[in-house]
Order: sequence, then structure tokens, then C-alpha cells
Amino acid sequence: MASIVEFFNALTKYDFLQSALLTAVMVGIMSGIIGSFIILRGMSLMGDAISHAVLPGVAVAYMLGINILIGASIFGVLAALLIGFVASRSKIKTDTSIGVVFSAFYALGFILISMAESSTNLHHILFGNILAVSDSDIMTTAVVLGLVILFVVTFYKELLVTSFDETYAKTYGLKVQIIHYALMLVLTLVTVSALQTVGIILVVAMLITPAATAFLWTDKLNVMLILSAVVGIISAITGLYFSYTFNWASGPAIVIVAASLFALSFIFSPKQNFFKLKRSVAR
Amino acid sequence: MLTVKNLTVAYDDTPVFSDVAVNFNAGKITGIIGPNGAGKSTLIKAILNLIKIKNGHIDYDGQTMKSVQKQVAYVEQRKDLDLIFPIDVFDVVLTGTYGKLGLFKNPGKAEKKLSQDALARVSLTEFAKRQIGNLSGGQLQRVFVARAIVQQAEIIILDEPFVGIDLQSETAIMRILKQWRDAGKTIIVIHHDLNKVHDYFDDLVILNHGIVDFGPTNEVYNPKNIERAFSADLSSVLFAEKEGVQ
Repeated sequence: MASIVEFFNALTKYDFLQSALLTAVMVGIMSGIIGSFIILRGMSLMGDAISHAVLPGVAVAYMLGINILIGASIFGVLAALLIGFVASRSKIKTDTSIGVVFSAFYALGFILISMAESSTNLHHILFGNILAVSDSDIMTTAVVLGLVILFVVTFYKELLVTSFDETYAKTYGLKVQIIHYALMLVLTLVTVSALQTVGIILVVAMLITPAATAFLWTDKLNVMLILSAVVGIISAITGLYFSYTFNWASGPAIVIVAASLFALSFIFSPKQNFFKLKRSVAR
Repeated sequence: MLTVKNLTVAYDDTPVFSDVAVNFNAGKITGIIGPNGAGKSTLIKAILNLIKIKNGHIDYDGQTMKSVQKQVAYVEQRKDLDLIFPIDVFDVVLTGTYGKLGLFKNPGKAEKKLSQDALARVSLTEFAKRQIGNLSGGQLQRVFVARAIVQQAEIIILDEPFVGIDLQSETAIMRILKQWRDAGKTIIVIHHDLNKVHDYFDDLVILNHGIVDFGPTNEVYNPKNIERAFSADLSSVLFAEKEGVQ
């Protein structure tokens, strides 16, 4: 495979490719870790919702010239609060509440982006533009990665117990709502970091697919977190390689690699027992 | 003593029960029986501070339930659990230490020792590394009893612990409940199998959208109360059978 050698040569030559790889790897790690909690809490839809709901925040940040992390965080958390509020103050189920709120935020985001068109490019926000990563983007991503790791290490046992058995956590007095909204805030930060790599539309894939892949291989939460991060890293590097070599968009390339890893795990993981399942159905 | 006074709980303004007053004694195993929808789970959820109460007062030896929250252990119904979660038996039991550890502290040697001992008491030591979905119903129930042991609580509340489990597990759990009772703890059990009421419970609370009766099992488990809480049919079948056997 001469193209792999070529890819490594290009990596040593081009700064922009190094930056892209570094960012993609960091995003792979953080979304793998946070995504694990998202899927274990049955919140995949919420992950999708938050990633779309940050769009107006991105637009507002561009308009005001502030850091997009701040603008996006405000709208991400606002969406999470609103979803919780609508679900708890009405007979509407949570998934319906998610659908209403995130589509409204997303629509608002489109309108605001079109108003701020001169300074930004909607296509890049939606699909990512990893080859244009700046040094300050790398710094921001690194800070978010640090925060994610700090958050998970500090509150590991609270995240574990509220994900596994929230009722029990409430009975001993844990403030499960605070854990929930803290996780939503961190999820928002991860989403914004992932925007540049894979874009809004595919952020949910980076959250869900590596975590789901890891889930198929282990029965321990801590192992799942590490495995999920590793799947995220492999997807990022391999995806970027495909992107560079075949001139594919980086986001879709990364996501396709992650999905392929999931497909392999689906077939071969001992937990999934694909072959056995098939046999028992046939019987 | 755990005291419930004037308790009213309502979902969307439809009261589940109103003005409930009942006591749970320390050093006793108290059963709560009543037909489906009688408010058994609602009563314990109110005690556990899991739902908002509309009116009333619950205390334990004069202290509010919130102030003794870490002294309460809850063994919930198995059907409410996420059985595919990536967690093994030992780690589930270890979560029992989380309440007293508080934030920013992780389980250390002492907590791990507690968990191992609790697993031994329910005869599950060899299953410590097994993912919880790969256990029988009875084994799983014993895991959650072990978690309650680790909590070292004064009040232990169990919701239908004996539903769908094997006899060996049922006996093992009953043995633990009796050890707790002998240690002077307050044990509250929601129960559905009326046949075993006499063998299992010192005290009984009979519920049907309000208290039908409560007190020592010998006194309150009688045809009249069962008829009021359930039906005349059930009452006559249960008590006729009993007299026939004895």
C-alpha cells in the first residue's frame, strides 16, 4: 500500500494534516468516553438533539465575535433544560419533547446562520472542515478533552450509579439532576469540539458508534470507556487516511470507518453471539 | 420507630390514598399487603422521598426522613433494573458504599472488604465477576440484598423481593431479614403471597387506598381484614384452607 506511505510522508510534510490528525484523535477520545454514558443512559436521541441544538449558539457566537464554545454551550444547555422542562411539566413523553425542542433550535440556527452568512460557511458547520483547524482550535479541543477526562475521573462513581440505577442513587440522596445537567454541559462541549471534525450532522455518530462497538466487547464500564476511546482514535486516524487518499470528506470517512468497526463487532463479538443467535433462530 | 402521619399522595390530583397513619417498629419485619394498585409502592416511595407528598409527615425517631436518608436502604423490584449494563456482581454490591462515601471519595480497601463479606453472606462469592444479566432471578435478588447489607442502614425497604425467585434464594433472603431484625433494624417488605404472611412477618400493614388495618400479624391477619382489602372470595378460600390444613 504505497498510499499509506504517502499518507505518512504527507503527515511529516504538512502542518495542516498534523493539526487535523491531532484534533480528530482528541475528538475521537472525548466522544468515545462521553458517548459511552450517553448510550448506557438510553440517551442516544438526546445526543443527537444537543448536537443539533448548538447551531444557533454557533451562529450567535459568529455574529458577536465570541468563542463558539461559549455560544454553543449556552444553547446546548438551554436545549437540555427546555427538553427536561417540557417533559416534566406536561404529559408529553421525553422523546417527543426532544423532537420538538431540537428541531426548533436547529431551525433557529439555520435562520441565524443565513443572517450571519458573510462571516461563516454553513456547509463547514454541517459537515466539518477538519483541514482548516487552527492552532487555537487545537488548544480549545485539548482543553475540552482535559475537562472531559477530569469530569469522568472525578465523578466516575456518580456517573456509574446514575446510569445504572438512578432510583437507588436518589434514595441515598445523590442529586441526580445535577449529574444529568453536568453531563449535558460536557456533552455540549464535546459536540462543539466535534463540529470541526465531523460536522453537526455526524456528531451523533462519533458519540454513539464507538461506544456501541465497545459495549459489544466488555462487561466492565471502565474497560468500555477505554475501548470506546480507542475505537474513536482508530476511526479518526483511518478515516483521515481515507479522506486524504481518496479525497473523501473527512467527517463521512471517519464515521464510515467507525460504522465498519461496529459491523465487524456485531458479527464477531462473543457478547453479541451473532452466529449462535442465527443458529438458534434457525432451529 | 418510623411514623407516618396524615399522609396523602396524589398523582395528577387523583389521590392514591389520603390521611394514612401507620407505624413501623424497629426490631420487626413488617409486611405490606394489599391488592394491585392499593398504594403499596406509593407508600414506600413516599417514605423513601422518591415522590412528592401532598400532605402529611414522615419521621424516624423524631428525625425527618431527609436527615436519616443515608440510614435507609432500598431493594427495588428486579424488573426496574437495567440487566445489560456493563457491571459485574461485585461492583453492584460496591455501589452500596457510595452513599456514605459521598462525593470525591472512591471505595477503598474497607469498602471492598465490606462488599466481599456481604457477597459471602448471600452465598454469591463465586459469582463476583459475573455480569448481572447472567444470573438467575433469585441470585440477582440476593445481589441487591447484599448491596443493602453494605449500606449498613437502620431501615431496609424491599419491594416484592420474593417474586419469581427460587426457594433457596427466598430462604437465604429471609435469613438475612431475620438477622437484621435481631440487630434491631426496621424492615419493611411489600409482599403479594398471602400464604406466607404468618411465617414471614411480625407485623402487618394491610392497605387498600388507605390503611385497612395494621399491627401484629396474629391480630390483623384475619378474614374480616382480608375481605375488606381484597374480596370475600379470597378471604373464605384462604382461611378455609388454613383451617382445613391445621
